[in-house]
Amino acid sequence: MALAQHLPALQVILPLISAPLAILFRRAGPAFLIVTAAAWLSFAIAIALFLQVDASGLISYPMGNWQPPWGIEYRLDRLNSFMLVLVSGMAAIVLPYARGSIEREIPHESHYMFYAMLGLCLTGLLGIVITGDAFNLFVFLEVSSLSTYVLIAMGRDRRALTAAYQYLIMGSIGATFIVIGIGFLYLMTGTLNLADMVPRVAVIESSRPGLAALAFISVGVSLKVALFPLHQWLPNAYTYAPSSVSAFLAATATKVALYALIRFYFTVFGDNFVFGKLPLPEFMLILSLFAMLFANAIAIFQDNLKRLFAYSSVGQIGYITLGLSFDSVHGVGASIMHLFNHGVAKGAIFLLIGGAVARMTTRQAAPPAPTFERIAGLSKAMPLTCFGVVLGGLSLIGVPGTAGFVSKWYLVLAAMEKGQWWLVGAILVSSLLAVAYVWRFVEAAYFRAPPAGRETGKEAPFALLIPGWLLILATLWFGLDTSFTAGAALDAAQQLVHSGN
Amino acid sequence: MDSLILASLVLPVFGAAGILLAGRWPNLRESVTIVTAVATFACVVQLVEPVLAGSQPGVRLFELFSGLPVAFRVEPLGMIFALVASGLWIVSSIYSIGYMRGNGEHDQTRFYVCFALSIAAALGIAFSANLLTLFLFYEILTLITYPLVTHSRTEKAKRGGRVYLAILMGTSMLFLLPAIIYTWHVAGTTDFRVGGILPATLTPGALTALLALYMFGIGKAALMPFHRWLPAAMVAPTPVSALLHAVAVVKAGVFSVVKVVAYVFGAGVLAGQTGWLIAVAAFTILAASIVALRADNFKRRLAYSTVSQLSYIVLAAVVLTPLSTVGAALHIVSHALGKITLFFTAGAIYTAAHQTEISQFDGIGRRMPWTMTAFTIGSLSIIGIPPFVGFVSKWYILSGALSAGMLQVAAVFLLSTLLNAAYLLPIVHRAFFREPVHDDHHGEHGEAPPFMVIAVCLTAAGTLAVALFPDVLVGLAQRIVSGGGV
Repeated sequence: MALAQHLPALQVILPLISAPLAILFRRAGPAFLIVTAAAWLSFAIAIALFLQVDASGLISYPMGNWQPPWGIEYRLDRLNSFMLVLVSGMAAIVLPYARGSIEREIPHESHYMFYAMLGLCLTGLLGIVITGDAFNLFVFLEVSSLSTYVLIAMGRDRRALTAAYQYLIMGSIGATFIVIGIGFLYLMTGTLNLADMVPRVAVIESSRPGLAALAFISVGVSLKVALFPLHQWLPNAYTYAPSSVSAFLAATATKVALYALIRFYFTVFGDNFVFGKLPLPEFMLILSLFAMLFANAIAIFQDNLKRLFAYSSVGQIGYITLGLSFDSVHGVGASIMHLFNHGVAKGAIFLLIGGAVARMTTRQAAPPAPTFERIAGLSKAMPLTCFGVVLGGLSLIGVPGTAGFVSKWYLVLAAMEKGQWWLVGAILVSSLLAVAYVWRFVEAAYFRAPPAGRETGKEAPFALLIPGWLLILATLWFGLDTSFTAGAALDAAQQLVHSGN
Repeated sequence: MDSLILASLVLPVFGAAGILLAGRWPNLRESVTIVTAVATFACVVQLVEPVLAGSQPGVRLFELFSGLPVAFRVEPLGMIFALVASGLWIVSSIYSIGYMRGNGEHDQTRFYVCFALSIAAALGIAFSANLLTLFLFYEILTLITYPLVTHSRTEKAKRGGRVYLAILMGTSMLFLLPAIIYTWHVAGTTDFRVGGILPATLTPGALTALLALYMFGIGKAALMPFHRWLPAAMVAPTPVSALLHAVAVVKAGVFSVVKVVAYVFGAGVLAGQTGWLIAVAAFTILAASIVALRADNFKRRLAYSTVSQLSYIVLAAVVLTPLSTVGAALHIVSHALGKITLFFTAGAIYTAAHQTEISQFDGIGRRMPWTMTAFTIGSLSIIGIPPFVGFVSKWYILSGALSAGMLQVAAVFLLSTLLNAAYLLPIVHRAFFREPVHDDHHGEHGEAPPFMVIAVCLTAAGTLAVALFPDVLVGLAQRIVSGGGV
């Protein structure tokens, strides 16, 4: 029983320990095993915690037995127990994939470092989600960000370095803003514990430092979210990072930042203040619309598939923030659902594209960019890969039977509840933009003739195909059985929206 | 009973898997198709008796949204559509064998797999118990027919596929989906119920807007101006055209229209609100007939004829009298039988004589007597001449319009009958009464391959048989209005 009590701590500590262990071994094999074991264990723990919260409600865990609000508290509710499943689940799928894919992308002698960094990144993301302490959240944010910079820079394409550098600069600005905001909050409330902060913030939120804290945190977190127009770092980072890193980041990093945004807005400041008294919903609405329409439109004209789907991510993040700005159970529920649904579908797409790239890569040169030129006629050589990408794309569009449809349904419903028909139109038009970019892929892969000189390749290696297809099947599964996703998300939204702060 | 419903939905899917596995042995593969088609039809037929007796067996699968399940219920209208889709699947499979082999088509396995899955989707639409289930299978049908429409993988196929997808996906996403979600929002249910589900509190403006969203959102019904996908899809192989025009796709469209009008709105709510829709449908009927009149490409003429005929059904549904609703349901059957015969003819001529333009058909009836006789019968049925089935459905529609005192609607039908005759009968005349032209490119040819001739004769015989023995279908159609309970 003792162990079961400490699951919240183990959730973060297992991946944290795995990183230095991987470095101690200095060899790819053991490093892989250790980090993968840690990821799988933390996935199991996340499921256990999710079920526990589902059954008995809130879990509060005092770190090192220092009681909150003095010590660091790990605090689990419907929202973050759901997020833990997403983050750790993605890590559990991506790690076995990475073993096959980094072979061709990263020099063999740095493999152990790659696994260590992935372990650290996982630690940071899980930590952000699970912690109930504002400063601890910042620390984990830095852990995940720093390891992410390294992971992106490991891409063999030399542009990966500039992409990582760009992200480093933007990410550091964001982190600085966040820490300033948290500093203001600490200054005004005298506490760092988020739950403890709630009643105290309610008193000072309208004061100038209170508003300044909100502004700093909003901008800082939005940078990490890649909310339009603070998204410039994202396309490059996703495009040039190693395939497994693109997939992992696309599925988790921005989603965890969105979680932080939800936590600050709905729990700490309270939506009655943020969305009720400030002009923030209008502001967020406009930015979301720009993301949905502009970023999705930009995606259509990309020549590199990875970049196309990166812009599509910016657009999909627009759906999520749009749902938040509605400040209703269905709106926020749709956002939380879409965090998950989009994460799974986009992760799958990046994994599958990575598999195709791996097949085209030779050991000497940097991996070729998956341009439309190169993937022309790919369906002949790689039918499973291409079909998987199409199915993932259908989820991005929101075709019924896929997970994307479920979140779109609730989002449209939320817009109707607000009586905002023009927003209904905007949501649906933006999903038509998704049809356009997904069909660019279909026409290239199925209709065009393969470029001269490309040897009649084979299907992507099975070790890379299976993880991608697992996520595709999950996308279809969650498109039909929504009891897990919609159930958890709507419950979480119920707890968050108008909870009386 | 439940197992019969599920079996008829699942059998085509298993069939598709079987076809895929048997892909390397064409004879085995085609046997799997035929056996599955017959088995599916047998399942569907067994449901007829209980539905005729007034019961409506149903299955609830799982809840997609809380309180909103994916569920099936067999009511009379769906029964009719299911009979059409599964019955014609058998004939079109026989026909496909002749066509695909006769033309040496590539990727035949993919063709048969997608065909079987389209039937599964069509049956899902037919048996759907609520709008959500209908929408799910409606979208699946669009996607699964896309590889069929673009079967040839040429540049032209790609462009046709774009129009096909853009219009069908665009309308269903922009109009149909919000209409369904709005219905759920205001009514708290999306079940199909006799008399409709919309609350009486809806303002006339909202009602009209919702009706417009539904009617234009169901792009498969091809109301103008969203009809362009049908001519664009002509690029497909002829068996696919038959699937689109007769078996599944457009029928799914008009079926959904009738279903929405009868079971979501209900005659009571709509009374006096449908003037504009009658005008749009009437315009579509006449305008499409006139375009058909001017088309020289055979399949294009048939495509516009379909656009026109579909609006018969839409128009009949919104006339809102019991007789016209019966007529709408029957016209789904009669147009399916007539139009599939005509498209089969087009494919037979293409396979045997490699000709696609009507102006090349001089004297072709002498070389292909069976095919062209079948074409003549199909044409007479489409025009609405007794003793063929087209007459039966038109009779009901006209009686319905007259009983509602809508003389202008009756006039539209009569005028369009003349137009039908004007664009179909000249082909018959050309085929039988003009001297054949001999040229070097198209040497001597005889009848089409036997599989195709058998199929086309079967459907032509069908137009006669259903007209002579209409009891079951008319009984089902009358159940729609007499109410089989909820």
